[in-house]
Amino acid sequence: MSPAAATAATAAATAESHGFLSPTGVEIAFLLVGLVTLGAAVITVTTRQLVHAALWLVVALGGLAVEYLLLTAEFIAWVQVLIYVGSVVVLLLFGLMLTKAPIGRSPDADSRNRPVALAVALLAAAALVWVVVDAFRTTVIDLDGAAQGSTDVTGSILFRHWVLPFEALSVLLLAALIGAIVLSRKKAAEDTTASPATDPHEDAPTPEGDR
Amino acid sequence: MHLHLAYPAVLAALLFCVGVYGVLARRNAILVLMSVELMLNAVNLNLVAFDVWLRDSLHAGQALTLFTIAIAAAEIGIGLAIVLAVYRNRGSSAVDELRDTAESAAEEPDPAQEPRQAKPSQKAEATA
Repeated sequence: MSPAAATAATAAATAESHGFLSPTGVEIAFLLVGLVTLGAAVITVTTRQLVHAALWLVVALGGLAVEYLLLTAEFIAWVQVLIYVGSVVVLLLFGLMLTKAPIGRSPDADSRNRPVALAVALLAAAALVWVVVDAFRTTVIDLDGAAQGSTDVTGSILFRHWVLPFEALSVLLLAALIGAIVLSRKKAAEDTTASPATDPHEDAPTPEGDR
Repeated sequence: MHLHLAYPAVLAALLFCVGVYGVLARRNAILVLMSVELMLNAVNLNLVAFDVWLRDSLHAGQALTLFTIAIAAAEIGIGLAIVLAVYRNRGSSAVDELRDTAESAAEEPDPAQEPRQAKPSQKAEATA
């Protein structure tokens, strides 16, 4: 972080009116929420309790939703809360339960290549932060004026300019749904009595499949 | 009211690297999927920040962010179905025990789950 701090200091010296040393309220809020988000993400990838990892992921994703709100992208913030916090984390918790993840501390949560992973992540972080700070240290987002991501704006551009990708995405979601059903249904030879083809709840992975 | 672009960009870079660490270091496949979600969210933050900065009239960044969120939801569904199928067949969801297509079979003889008849063919491929 020392080259990043040095470049930030020089950027504060070169930026004429908005420096890093006189942050606005939005910047302070963004920084604090960003620290919480990053800390929750680090705990998510380092904790040894598997269910706690999913719950800290909720904190990280919720913090990102607050960051979207600070960037005036309201609609994406609420979509983030609905889809990520509402459904993806619940799916992950279901997956942890269905694979009989141990409650409490599991000593083998990390694999043997943990030092290599740490080295790769630290090198990538140093390189990315250096490049990003060097490129954008004098760039300022102007947040005045109307919100750029309100539901009005987003709906308008989505159904005026992005209709074809939107419809293609619905086809992809249908394909993913069918794929998940096919992958998680039991073989017909395993239980001939249960008649799985008429079961309406077979898209949810059933706990009977684990026995 | 203004916001330096460096703040969201640096946060996105750091979140992405945290996700990289999780993908490489975690053993449980579901924790790997969580780390993939972190990486996708870092990319989403970048897209939104640059969209707000550039004031794009098409708002391509926000549209792409919505598409990424939908694709991530589909990905997590398929990924969990695959993990459940692997768990049902192998009795484990640890990614480093799935070594059927590994190059060197002599490294670690693994118990019971591995099909034994795969080893001579692997040896033959290794010597050929």
